[in-house]
Amino acid sequence: MNSSVIIFPGSNCDRDMDVALKKFGFKNEMVWHDDEQLPKSDLIVLPGGFSYGDYLRCGSIAGKSKIIKSVIDFAKKGGLVLGICNGFQILTETGLLPGVLQQNKNIEFICKNVFVKVNSKNNKYFNSIDKDVLELHIAHNEGNYFCTSDELKMLKDNDLVAVSYCNEKGEVNEKSNPNGALQNIAGIFNKEKNILGMMPHPERMIDKYLSGEDGSIFFKNLLNNFK
Amino acid sequence: MTTINEKVAIDHGLKKEEFKKICDLMERTPNLTELGIFSAMWNEHCSYKSSRKHLKNLHTQGKRVIQGPGENAGVIDVDDEDAIVFKIESHNHPSFIEPYQGAATGVGGIMRDVFTMGARPIANLNSIHFGSTQHKKTKNLLRGVVKGIGGYGNCIGVPTIGGQTCFDESYNGNILVNAMTLGLVNKKKIFYSKAAGIGKPVIYVGSKTGRDGIHGASMASAVFDDKIEEKKPTVQVGDPFTEKLLLEACLELMADDSIISIQDMGAAGLTSSSIEMASKGKLGIELDLSKVPCREEKMTPYEIMLSESQERMLIVLENGKEENAKKIFDKWDLDFAVIGKTTTSKKIELYFDSKKVADIPIDFLAEDAPEYDRKWKKIKLPQKIKFKKENFKSLKINNCLIKLLSNPNICEKKWIWNQYDHTVMGDTIQKPGGDAGVVRIHGTEKAVAASVDSSATYCFAHPLTGGKQVVCESWRNLISVGAEPIAITNCLNFGNPEKEKNMGEFVECVQGISEACKYLDFPVVSGNVSFYNETKDKGIKPTPSIGGVGLLKNYKNMLTMDLKNEGNVILVIGKTEGHLDQSVFARNVLNEKKGPPPEINLFNEKNNGSTVMKLMKEKLILSCRDVSLGGILIAIAKMCIKGKKGVKLNKLKSLINKFEFFFSEDQGRYIIEVSKKNLKKVENILKENSVHFDNLGEVQKDNYINIDSEKISVDELSKHNKNWLMEYMAQ
Repeated sequence: MNSSVIIFPGSNCDRDMDVALKKFGFKNEMVWHDDEQLPKSDLIVLPGGFSYGDYLRCGSIAGKSKIIKSVIDFAKKGGLVLGICNGFQILTETGLLPGVLQQNKNIEFICKNVFVKVNSKNNKYFNSIDKDVLELHIAHNEGNYFCTSDELKMLKDNDLVAVSYCNEKGEVNEKSNPNGALQNIAGIFNKEKNILGMMPHPERMIDKYLSGEDGSIFFKNLLNNFK
Repeated sequence: MTTINEKVAIDHGLKKEEFKKICDLMERTPNLTELGIFSAMWNEHCSYKSSRKHLKNLHTQGKRVIQGPGENAGVIDVDDEDAIVFKIESHNHPSFIEPYQGAATGVGGIMRDVFTMGARPIANLNSIHFGSTQHKKTKNLLRGVVKGIGGYGNCIGVPTIGGQTCFDESYNGNILVNAMTLGLVNKKKIFYSKAAGIGKPVIYVGSKTGRDGIHGASMASAVFDDKIEEKKPTVQVGDPFTEKLLLEACLELMADDSIISIQDMGAAGLTSSSIEMASKGKLGIELDLSKVPCREEKMTPYEIMLSESQERMLIVLENGKEENAKKIFDKWDLDFAVIGKTTTSKKIELYFDSKKVADIPIDFLAEDAPEYDRKWKKIKLPQKIKFKKENFKSLKINNCLIKLLSNPNICEKKWIWNQYDHTVMGDTIQKPGGDAGVVRIHGTEKAVAASVDSSATYCFAHPLTGGKQVVCESWRNLISVGAEPIAITNCLNFGNPEKEKNMGEFVECVQGISEACKYLDFPVVSGNVSFYNETKDKGIKPTPSIGGVGLLKNYKNMLTMDLKNEGNVILVIGKTEGHLDQSVFARNVLNEKKGPPPEINLFNEKNNGSTVMKLMKEKLILSCRDVSLGGILIAIAKMCIKGKKGVKLNKLKSLINKFEFFFSEDQGRYIIEVSKKNLKKVENILKENSVHFDNLGEVQKDNYINIDSEKISVDELSKHNKNWLMEYMAQ
């Protein structure tokens, strides 16, 4: 399976994503933001980081970058696009996903392990994943998801809330919400469920010596779903 | 045109005699630009004029040392093709004036020092000291500094894997922010600052030059007074995004061999970077300042030379490589300008609008810079305190434990490190909160451990002992995670060197550091000195921060402190004498602040540490922690909290009372967990190596520490340990 990771100036999880994708069997290529064409890919990943410094709104300049037009075309044709952290922020800025990511409620950067509940398995990303609760890692300053009540209704009616922050037992409540996100939303799909944006970093949880191994489950499953 | 006279020189931070010396050397009065350059090069921060004499005595040699002090950072060999570049540096003065930017640019500066040498930064650490938790400024300063460190490091994408935070009223008017970076480099691709060759192009890359930070280095060389707020404009403003681009662009350019020498523009900006390159290469340098990319209008040569705008580098390139280099910097959207060339003149010659604006022999600025043998006072070892029986009479172990675990200097600092990205780069295998942080060397079985330590209380009580102690503490912290200690970097934070007492503290701390380094074969490879940490005549406690680095040949053998399994035995390695003077217990429970710090026995230190390493090699240790602040029981409590286990402690067979046994801060000790099956073997190895140890008790499944009849809830202790800082910051 071929994947591509886009590097924006200021991306800093691009290498980590490359390592993770290759570890689980993807043939990965790195793509520079200033390019116009995407290599032949089954999956495009927008990695974490601080694209263009994120001095304006997070992801806003990346949302207007040269390569992003091809990413949008690819997505509109049904190609799989995964945005992690800054990548999620970029996806909302392009309009491929609804809503915005505001500053964390406690106005502090948060770096820690969290649990997320997998809400929807009827898609390429989580289909046949054998766990309902994953332990992943977050590291962000702007992960506080917000959208209008119409958008929220649309997300819920269509089963598009991909993952929600929860506790170890899978209970979604205020205590398990790290950043103030609306209804604990940690990640969402577009209507066709080929685009996934989420704040947690699965690529940081890919062997037992790191923060944990649930990221491995995510990537293995993703690769299997392609086969 | 400003007339240059003694008064102008003094306003530049120079002394009367120094101005006279400049005029004598030049055989004329310097112009304003030249005076600015002299003041930048001759200030304490750049010239080390008060410290140089003593720093020469530091132990800097070792079989793994590739580069010792004198370069942008130190370099050590970590086997195969790999070397680690590392250094610690202070950014104290700016951080007190503007905590966010001061701390942020401190982190930016130290990372540049490391990638200037060709290394990709792989870990950041920091040592931060604040005033009393009751002081009105402390909370805001802490919040600002933590945000600044995070804001910069998180954006660049280098994990912050450890650090140290202390509170003491001596920092009320002078906080300390020391930042440390480790980078990974191929041994054969290390870049140095020494220029070579004549007529080679001198290149300016990175951000544009502005008026920020002018005279920053001079500010760092003076004491604070009532008017510090006026100095805000001398604090630089950081741009981590540009630094990230600069990092990637420099590493890309370094992949081939077009760079002859490279130097970051840190303190004293273009002045010190150009002069240092020329001085090390015994060359001259000619710069056309009209070609320097500026972001503000009408900047004068004086301002261009003294600006400390961040994220800039100076490079001497091979002839003919300019075009290729420019392509790389264009790709990363960074300024690139050929601003001069190397010459045979051994002078720095500056032009602006085709006119010569400065002409100074390099030697005057470097070799001929003043060096002082300042007067210093020896500090006597204080008398030992005789603690009386009634001191301990009404004390309960439980209450003492709670008090100490929620002490600002012992409590868990999660509120701080949750704001630092400590997992980016995907190789952090020991996060902050342990004895040392550990990152893997990407793609290998190896890992490096790093920790930062200081013990200002001990150094203040007796600088010679304190200096030794910090080095030993660093050595122990590295061993405790399973690493072989290799080398250190030191950040020497002191008061006003013109005062005999402060100078004495400096001299004796350095002596202590040197003795310990030599004995433990744990050399100093880089560092910096920060004097004048003084506000309105009140100086800080002497605070050398030691950043230690160690190697794990196989990261799978790393140790953590959390207790592993019930039924295992807990031993304390090293002898417990019951030294309470200067301990957290004596100071906070008994309210006794006098007395000598615990004695350092370097023979025992080395022998105990080496033997613990032997036990680790045989895989006999399951968890480990060094005994430091708060003594044995604090160490055990933290191991219980982390492992969510309890312990049953044996009845004491010691002559000292239980408070002395459990809370004394005798040195050279470790707590280790071993299985019952291996106990005999462990005891034999310890005996063969003449290492004293005591069997403390056993790990229990239930969450209690059992001492005699007292049963102390680990959950309760954990709550106190974890909540203190969070509650303090929320108030």
